[in-house]
Amino acid sequence: MIAFLIKRLMHAFVVMFVISVISFAIQSNLGDPIQQMVGQSVPESQRAELREELGLNDSFLVQYGRFATNALQGDFGYSYFFNEPTTEVIQRHLPATLELVIAATLIIVVFSVPIGVYCAIRPRSALSRFFMSVSIIGISIPVFLTAIMLIQLFAIGVDFSPFPAETGWGQWLNGLLSTEGGMPSYGRGNDLTHLFGTWDSNFFSLDGLTYLVLPAVSLASIMLPLFIRLIRAEMLEVLQSEYVKFATAKGISLKRIYFVHALKNTMLPVITVGGVQLGTMVAYTILTETVFQWPGMGLMFLEAIQRSDIPLIVTYLMIVGLIFVVTNTLVDLIYGLVNPTVKLTGKPA
Amino acid sequence: MTTTTATTPSRWKRFRNSYLVYSFKRDWIAQFCLAIFLCILLGAVCAPWLAPMDPYDLTQINILNSELPPIWIDGADALFPLGTDAQGRDLLSTILYGARVSLIIGFGAVMLQALIGVTVGLLAGYLGGRIDAFLMRLADIQLSFSTLMVAIIVGALFKAVFGGAVYSDYAVWLLVLIIGLAEWPQYARTVRASVLAERSKEYVDAARVMGYRDRRIMFRHILPNTLSPIFVISTVQIANAIISEAALSFLGLGMPETQPSLGSLIKSGFDYLQSGSWWITLIPGAVLVVLVLVVNLLGDWLRDVMNPRLYKG
Amino acid sequence: MALLEVSNLDVRFALRQGEVRALRDVSFTLDRGERLGIVGESGAGKSVAAFTLLNLIAKPGYIADGSIRFEGNDLARMSARELRRVRGNRISMIFQDPMMTLNPVLSIGEQMVESLKAHRRISTREARAIALHKLKQVYIPSPETRLDQYPHELSGGMRQRIIIAIALLLDPDIIVADEPTTALDVTIQAEIMTLLRELCEKHNVGLVLITHDLGVVSQMTQRTLVMYAGRVIEQGPTREIINDAQHPYTQGLLNALPQMTTPGSRLNQIPGSMPSLANTPSGCAFHPRCQYRYDASGEPRRDCLEEVPEFVTSGNCDVACHMVRDMLAKEAS
Repeated sequence: MIAFLIKRLMHAFVVMFVISVISFAIQSNLGDPIQQMVGQSVPESQRAELREELGLNDSFLVQYGRFATNALQGDFGYSYFFNEPTTEVIQRHLPATLELVIAATLIIVVFSVPIGVYCAIRPRSALSRFFMSVSIIGISIPVFLTAIMLIQLFAIGVDFSPFPAETGWGQWLNGLLSTEGGMPSYGRGNDLTHLFGTWDSNFFSLDGLTYLVLPAVSLASIMLPLFIRLIRAEMLEVLQSEYVKFATAKGISLKRIYFVHALKNTMLPVITVGGVQLGTMVAYTILTETVFQWPGMGLMFLEAIQRSDIPLIVTYLMIVGLIFVVTNTLVDLIYGLVNPTVKLTGKPA
Repeated sequence: MTTTTATTPSRWKRFRNSYLVYSFKRDWIAQFCLAIFLCILLGAVCAPWLAPMDPYDLTQINILNSELPPIWIDGADALFPLGTDAQGRDLLSTILYGARVSLIIGFGAVMLQALIGVTVGLLAGYLGGRIDAFLMRLADIQLSFSTLMVAIIVGALFKAVFGGAVYSDYAVWLLVLIIGLAEWPQYARTVRASVLAERSKEYVDAARVMGYRDRRIMFRHILPNTLSPIFVISTVQIANAIISEAALSFLGLGMPETQPSLGSLIKSGFDYLQSGSWWITLIPGAVLVVLVLVVNLLGDWLRDVMNPRLYKG
Repeated sequence: MALLEVSNLDVRFALRQGEVRALRDVSFTLDRGERLGIVGESGAGKSVAAFTLLNLIAKPGYIADGSIRFEGNDLARMSARELRRVRGNRISMIFQDPMMTLNPVLSIGEQMVESLKAHRRISTREARAIALHKLKQVYIPSPETRLDQYPHELSGGMRQRIIIAIALLLDPDIIVADEPTTALDVTIQAEIMTLLRELCEKHNVGLVLITHDLGVVSQMTQRTLVMYAGRVIEQGPTREIINDAQHPYTQGLLNALPQMTTPGSRLNQIPGSMPSLANTPSGCAFHPRCQYRYDASGEPRRDCLEEVPEFVTSGNCDVACHMVRDMLAKEAS
């Protein structure tokens, strides 16, 4: 286990190094701190002095060294726009994004496993076909469009009444096609529960949850069908395997075959894909947060791009990179724990 | 083992008798999807002739016509069957032109990805060793960041480097470049996997024993055998590229509003959703969904029929 | 009454391209403690026959006709629950490839204990004790440690021993072994076969051994069934079939054995290859490869081409061949 961990950590370290070099390259080529510090009116001679003083004329390596040392100490510089340390800006925005990701992950896990397993066990049933059709439509709708449609349906409301409403039936059908609206679709609301530090949570009040629902569903909307299809496909393959046939020949109950023999083998590739998809999820938070004006890191990042707030962009990259690396390492670790064929050496047998 | 007989049928005849065509004839969903896809493609290609007005031509736009609803809602103008957007442009025309832009970027980006990815995959799979390890590590890292994330970052950087105006001018090419650069690992991994599978087969050994050069073995012997997985992921990748373009445009990192794609149409319409003008955003949205859906369904069908070894994960 | 009575079994696969008949009119019996070999080339329907014995044919395959009576109860018409009580308990099975048969994510112990618990009301501890006992019976070195190991930690031969131990766990009446050694090294093959035979003899367990190797059959079994293109073409005591095969196909198989060939010369092979089950030839399915398909005047025999041969009895064997039938008739007259 130790060897496995060390190997993973080495790998994570290399990835972080690459990210930091890229980040630094962006920082040193795109950001002009002098411009930000003193403005246009200061003469060129004074700028040169400042440049020398700040060490901007040093070699790339020296400057990178300084950047890396500062970064390791949690100092990523000042945001141009907020005029405060970028780490503090990130800290303020991180909890909102994390809550969104947690809520979406919950939705995905709770629905994808049972539905995927059901569709694999009963591949020909009407319900399975329904799930599969809905899921292919689901993966074809971009996240931001799902978000917009949810807003139209549940926040603004739809008044679609093609039937004459004189009779009860017409009214009923019209009601079926129309929606109320009124769900909150902007920001996180005011009824947040303070947990610790900068973390205010949406999870602990009804009002907070209503603000969370639409963004979380949007964020989950493309992953959920993806995982349903993945779990179904993997499980179908596992159910065809010799060891499942052998288990049947042993006279074991179907329940045990499905949920012990098949499910465990199904989840192995799903865990790996889950790790990769987490990265995609972070990308989708940018889209979702933009649509719902959810005050998280994604929205902050997009605004930083619009404002050319280079230090904040770079910090975001580093932090998101760190999150990816940490979660990927964790996912590998979990995979190693679940899969007995991955042993101490870290190589699959 | 079948031996090749003296009279090989023509390519077209072989294609017509293939299992691909056979199962296409029996699958109405695939036929339906292909029909719809061809309709959209035709509409997009012929947009300059089909569209009632030219959305790029400012002289044709009258701001007084802004936010007119589609024809089936009260207050519509028969001149604008799908209504108008906030600038008074005919929505049908902008959608036709928008689909054109989306498809150009989608196909262009996929061609670029395939070029990079297939080359890398072939090299990695055939040469093996350190080069393989390095290239695949690179692909892994990039994939773990998700292709969309990479596209957003690269897009943001390009925008910062070139500035908004220049970026807008070259947006089509930059988007092709961004999405192409972001998604090559998919191809590389798939191609590498099938190269590894093919390389161990005897005909490759035979070719090597006969003294063929590596390059010839790779392109004449191995590549043709990896075509079916390439073909299958290409359909999925076109759908992905169209979605990625739409996402980038929606974030303001893609096509400018003066030369809109489906994504930037959705974005520009989103601001008017609250005021009740849902059609500006949802009609282009529906077109985008239908386009992506039929491509995905065709991809599904192809995968079922060709059943290639795809790289999982 | 025999322990297992298979009669007129007809198994089909409903494929997109049409129906494929994998087994046609297969009948045989197995007595308690008897060892039966089912022989044929690949594609003859041997494996389908093995899986059908436990009614393990999965969609799109199905049993179209016939019965599999085990102690008088028809496995082909049992409910899923009744079937489960027979599978692994009264009739157990050994699969071809030990590398694929054991679940990679469950320990050996888990896979043995679950089998016992599915059929008996016992505690995990008792189950582990039984499992350990069975592992000792198949001569697994240091059996105690094996229970907590995973399949990938063991070699193929070791895994097949464990699978045999699993098959024996509940002291079944019959073991169906589907080419249990084809996936193993040649050196280990003989060991596994000897072990299987020894255990069957010791515990009086019936064995249905599916193989393509007549040599194995002659060492392992008392009776033999030869299959061709989904049909039984000859069956009888193994010794008689080995020494005096009647059917031209069986003769061909025997002649193809390396032992039957003078060293240095070519092996005698049967010309042609097994037809696919999707389009079996008319009449006797073997006729396109049969050297006796011409009559005395050199014309093709019409009966071979058109009629499916009935079984005729020659000695203790049943043979389905027009040529043999004619010969017997000639001898009788």
